[in-house]
Amino acid sequence: MSRPKVKLFAFIAGGLLVAAVLAGVVSNFAYSAPDGLDSVSREGCTFDENDEITGGECMAKTAREHEVGGPLADYAIKGIDNPVIATGLSGLIGVAITFAIGGGAFWLVRHRRPKDA
Amino acid sequence: MDTVAMHISNGIVGPGTSGVFAAIALAALAVCVLRGRRDLDDRLAPMAGLVAAFIFAVQMLNFWVLPGVSGHLLGGALAAMLVGPWIGALCVSIVLIVQALVFADGGVSAIGLNITNMAVIGTFLTYGVLTLLLKVLPRKPGAIAATAFVAAIVSVVGGASGFVLEYALGGEVGDISLGKAAGLMIGVHVLIGIGEGLITAATVLAVAKVRPDLVYALRGRALAPVAQESAA
Repeated sequence: MSRPKVKLFAFIAGGLLVAAVLAGVVSNFAYSAPDGLDSVSREGCTFDENDEITGGECMAKTAREHEVGGPLADYAIKGIDNPVIATGLSGLIGVAITFAIGGGAFWLVRHRRPKDA
Repeated sequence: MDTVAMHISNGIVGPGTSGVFAAIALAALAVCVLRGRRDLDDRLAPMAGLVAAFIFAVQMLNFWVLPGVSGHLLGGALAAMLVGPWIGALCVSIVLIVQALVFADGGVSAIGLNITNMAVIGTFLTYGVLTLLLKVLPRKPGAIAATAFVAAIVSVVGGASGFVLEYALGGEVGDISLGKAAGLMIGVHVLIGIGEGLITAATVLAVAKVRPDLVYALRGRALAPVAQESAA
């Protein structure tokens, strides 16, 4: 067996650090315009400055309020007014939750192979 | 900015169609769990958790596509290349479920639509493309990057087409020109796919440099094992 240069634990920790910087810091520099799906959904409608539909026909017309909402809705944090801190912190929480749920679930269902050699 | 919605919202596609796709998504994920377990060992399990967390992070990074239009990573191609299609589809699904339940991004009623487009179509189209390309291309960094780039564009356009199909079947607004919507959706997503391709290629290359054994695409069945030369 070849011995990898970087240990798995170090690789995962380093990868999580990169994800944390991206979600916690770089996310504040993201382009805030609607994404591809959102802009196609809005095509044909007019919007006021509060982003409410004022007329026209578009896919977004029937969009309803999100079923759950919650304190982290829209990648912000309820009660934190500073958008930079709210976005960064919600991103960090998201990375932590996703790794905890994903990593935990995959660890639980992994198959255990008897150690070779 | 008022709302930050990256995925299909609640109320865009009717409940019947949404329900059908929820069933399709659930069945696909069940197959992925059963089939993916074979790949999932002590090494792949934490890697898959990292891939999910990384996709969550990079999805937040909307980049410029056109004036007034942004794009962001969907992640299907990255997941398929790093952890394979089965576990990859589960990684993207976990991201979408966390986003829908915790961040109010993507309707809960639309979760089956979003999983079908980004997790299922995204990863399996990628896997098809990369299996083909890696068969004909030499196993060199440039070829891996090119494969990641092309697979990412195909996966994003595939996911966008999934939405067009879902809207054709169950869209709630009657007066939408489907041809126009399809053209816009696919056109914009070719551009987003270029961004996705660059991110996917850079990430896969970075992982391949440090730990080639953690790139699933490099040890796919169609390929001879690589990076064994470091074995003394």
